Amino acid sequence: MSEYTTAQTQILSFIEARFPQASIETGQDIFSLGYINSLFAMELVMFIEKTFGLTIPNDELRIDNFRTVEAMADLVARRSVPVSVD
Amino acid sequence: MTVVGVVGAGVMGIGVAHNLAQSGYETVLVDIDEQILTDAKAAISRNCRLSRLMGGPALDPDEILGRITTAVGVEALAKADFVIENVTENWDIKREVHAELDRVLSPEAVVIVNTSAIPITRVAAVGSHPERVVGVHFMNPVPAKPVVELIPGFHTAQETVEVTRQLLSGMGKKAVDVKDASGFVSNRVLMLTVNEAAYLVHEGVATAESVDEVFRGCFGHPMGPLETADLIGVDTILYSVEVLYEHYADSKYRPCPLLKQMTDAGLHGRKTGRGFYTYDNKG
Repeated sequence: MSEYTTAQTQILSFIEARFPQASIETGQDIFSLGYINSLFAMELVMFIEKTFGLTIPNDELRIDNFRTVEAMADLVARRSVPVSVD
Repeated sequence: MTVVGVVGAGVMGIGVAHNLAQSGYETVLVDIDEQILTDAKAAISRNCRLSRLMGGPALDPDEILGRITTAVGVEALAKADFVIENVTENWDIKREVHAELDRVLSPEAVVIVNTSAIPITRVAAVGSHPERVVGVHFMNPVPAKPVVELIPGFHTAQETVEVTRQLLSGMGKKAVDVKDASGFVSNRVLMLTVNEAAYLVHEGVATAESVDEVFRGCFGHPMGPLETADLIGVDTILYSVEVLYEHYADSKYRPCPLLKQMTDAGLHGRKTGRGFYTYDNKG
């Protein structure tokens, strides 16, 4: 599994643990579901920063970066320190 | 420069101090313990950082914190023009704090009681200037909620009401005038709703998820009553229901035993990471 896919799986599990009734696709806008609001976006920030050991800079703290599991995994990939390939 | 003191650095005090500083007021935040104040500053910094994500303006945490000084004890409020008191919704604590404020504050200072349930007239009677004590019921999260209830007590001067309305306007708040009756409008209805929703869970009629889904799906509420309870604080809900029960001596306000048990168990909602739901919000 690539790091990107792993990040998607971890984020998806976190959301599904909080909203067991949800069946979420990775490209789906979670805020359009009706029961996930911006307060949960705050929890997503905390979860992502803690789980992936990174700090999201202020200009990346936009709702669009947290709308879908894919967008969040993209954000994690952008902010993670690149590993050098020999 | 208007100086505004904020007493109590819990959920509401943090929100009020943040809102004041964001609106350009010089703010003095006090509590009884240095660690509470350190935690409060960290929370304000985090809330500023997340402001845009929550639909608010982009905020520089350092700039906001630059307008807030903190201190242990109310002595630091001697020069305040206004004081907004946000201590626990418990009459003994409120009474003690207002007696201290009466001793320390300048005779011209306006004292704003931020309460969801305790009658303003009763709080105002503690000090020697009931004419400059007024109630304001702020909503949580304070910086994000544009409307408050403004409640004069029996002896509150009209001038006190008007200068308070101006301060609130400066904070970006519209004040709705409400007479002084325990619970005012909002909590007289909301606390009964939350309490009854807790009974539904307590009796096994529905899960918290199902109760909230009914309110969101059937009534179009953005949040159900138990999510709201977790946001406000389950302990605060219990204290508010107890205040209503005591004040009206009416059994319709009897607190649900589940609220008591959750409060005793430390399941206070978002602020402790667990209430009717479990949260991962400890950054």
